[in-house]
Amino acid sequence: MDTSRSPLEATGFSRKLAATIIIVYMIVTLIPITWMVATSFKSVDSAISYPPEVFFEPSLEGYVNLFTNRSRQPKDYLDSLPPPDTWYEELVRSREMVITGPSKFLPRYSNSLIIGFGATFFSVFLGSLAAYALSRFKVPLKDDLLFFILSTRMFPPIAVAVPIFIMYRKLGLGDTHVGMIILYTVVNLSLSVWLLKGFMDEIPREYEEAAMIDGYSRMQAFFKVVLPQATTGIAATAIFCMIFSWNEYAFAVLLTQFNAQTAPPFIPTIIGEGGLDWPAIGAGTTLFLIPVMIFTVVLRKHLLRGITFGAVRK
Amino acid sequence: MAEIEIKNLHKSFGDFVAVKNSNLIIENKEFFVLLGPSGCGKTTTLRMIAGLELPTSGNIYLDKQDVGYLRASKRDIAFVFQLFALYPHMNVRNNLAFPLKMQKLSRSEVDAKVLEAAKLLRIDHLLKSKVSSLAGGDRQRVALGRALVRRPKAFLMDEPLGTLDAEFRELMCLELRKLHDDIDATTVYVTHDQQEAMSMADRIAVMNEGVVLQADSPKVIYNKPKTKFVANFIGSPGMNFIPINEKISPSQSSIKLLDSSLNIPEQKEGTDSNENFLGVRPENLKLVSENGVKGNVFGVEYLGSRKILTIETQLGNIKIRVDSDTQVNINEQIQFDTLNNNQIIFDGSNDKALQSEFMS
Repeated sequence: MDTSRSPLEATGFSRKLAATIIIVYMIVTLIPITWMVATSFKSVDSAISYPPEVFFEPSLEGYVNLFTNRSRQPKDYLDSLPPPDTWYEELVRSREMVITGPSKFLPRYSNSLIIGFGATFFSVFLGSLAAYALSRFKVPLKDDLLFFILSTRMFPPIAVAVPIFIMYRKLGLGDTHVGMIILYTVVNLSLSVWLLKGFMDEIPREYEEAAMIDGYSRMQAFFKVVLPQATTGIAATAIFCMIFSWNEYAFAVLLTQFNAQTAPPFIPTIIGEGGLDWPAIGAGTTLFLIPVMIFTVVLRKHLLRGITFGAVRK
Repeated sequence: MAEIEIKNLHKSFGDFVAVKNSNLIIENKEFFVLLGPSGCGKTTTLRMIAGLELPTSGNIYLDKQDVGYLRASKRDIAFVFQLFALYPHMNVRNNLAFPLKMQKLSRSEVDAKVLEAAKLLRIDHLLKSKVSSLAGGDRQRVALGRALVRRPKAFLMDEPLGTLDAEFRELMCLELRKLHDDIDATTVYVTHDQQEAMSMADRIAVMNEGVVLQADSPKVIYNKPKTKFVANFIGSPGMNFIPINEKISPSQSSIKLLDSSLNIPEQKEGTDSNENFLGVRPENLKLVSENGVKGNVFGVEYLGSRKILTIETQLGNIKIRVDSDTQVNINEQIQFDTLNNNQIIFDGSNDKALQSEFMS
């Protein structure tokens, strides 16, 4: 009998099975993303050709269209113009169009960044304070409070869209950055309080007690001693909050239009000539993926611990 | 440094009373140990002195100043936790400097004090290490260093050696006591380990069920315990209690035990109860060849320098300490007698020791 291996270690068969499942899952999830990225580098014609083109000549048309507004002009007018100074102007000219100005993509994208990171910051900040209080203090009706916080996530947030819409109009919060940050923060808070409470419970009280005896106030002890030890939980919570606020579509459609519109409701409305401009939509979606991807990769080492939180004692 | 006085200190958590109207005076420069089984209120008492719990009623005086309801950070006291509570996200130097950062000292002053404390504890070569890379004993030293770096009025320690292995614990006992003497500290030390308590303390307070039963020097606690609990808790094995079925009267100096009579120290108090106990330590009994109490050997524990015999007698099981080379077999019939005249009579109605020639 082979005794060199621990009986707890996986056997050859189960390793192969696990690898197969992971590869299949990877293909299933990556194909749409690959197709989307590929589409962003296609020309408009190639994007809608049938049968679909797997191999194609790459073009930056989608990205140019994403960032610009264009208008079609008669050939003699185009000929009367001075020659184009930039490669993207040349690309647009070749389609018999001129650039009339920047599109709304950049402002929408920066709205997404402001609202996404803002809401994530406040969800985690307020969530960690609440989680700490619920973890350490005798709060009257603590269990009921915790259940109430959880219950706010028992229905889809959009179920309360109508009252929120009316409320926001009365308060003048509609189509404002502040309004969207408040909304996403509130939706995320229940997750962040529950998740962070688990982490706070695991940090022994002795740490803040030691700091308090050494002359620090409870608030100082919280920031200097407790929070640094909760970084794992904070990172995991931040990723979840960020993904929600970044991707949220329904409220963004409902509550924002001009000033504070985020990227998700904007991207699908990019219309080219005679229909949707698929390469531009692909380009917008690809660029939209990048911040969350970076954010997740940066905090990735905390994520696995975050998902299995509470399962293993530190 | 400081004198700590506890007056009628009381603490309850809901229905559970952790500390019952306790009184203690811990003198300046004293190494004072609170000893008792788990749940006896010793840690709660310590935490109230530190300011981590507020008393339900009663007062705590630190240098005659009432601090019972003051914030922990305002008391100028240091606390060493059982699990050390070293901050894992800081290195050793920052852990040591952490208490000083609140004191508005200059950088060089902080560095000097950190180095001084580190040298005292012989951890100056570890200042740049991460806390997680330290061995148990070094962690303990860092925890002590963090406590003494700002020279507080008093040190409070909650079973600081509890997580160390046995060999190291003995070494740390010596070091702690030496450290205490070197820096003229006032130390309150909580433990459930009587050996730690006996080896370090100037005075020990034995607690049980929230009550301070006795606060005396280790020698007095051991030889002249004031209650049955203290007599049993201190010493391993604890004191033998032999039931005596007679009323004790003042100035009595012998009792009836089975058929014979036994001389005891002249009593200064009597009892109302007919059921009392004779307390005698295992080392104050000896094996004899005649005229002793008869019994069968029930168990023999060999402990290197000595043997503990458990003898089955008509008076119940009794433990005797004998030299380790004494030859006895299980079930052997033997006789034993008292070695000297320092038995204690405990009043069966309240488990308190009676005053006698010996006790006073």
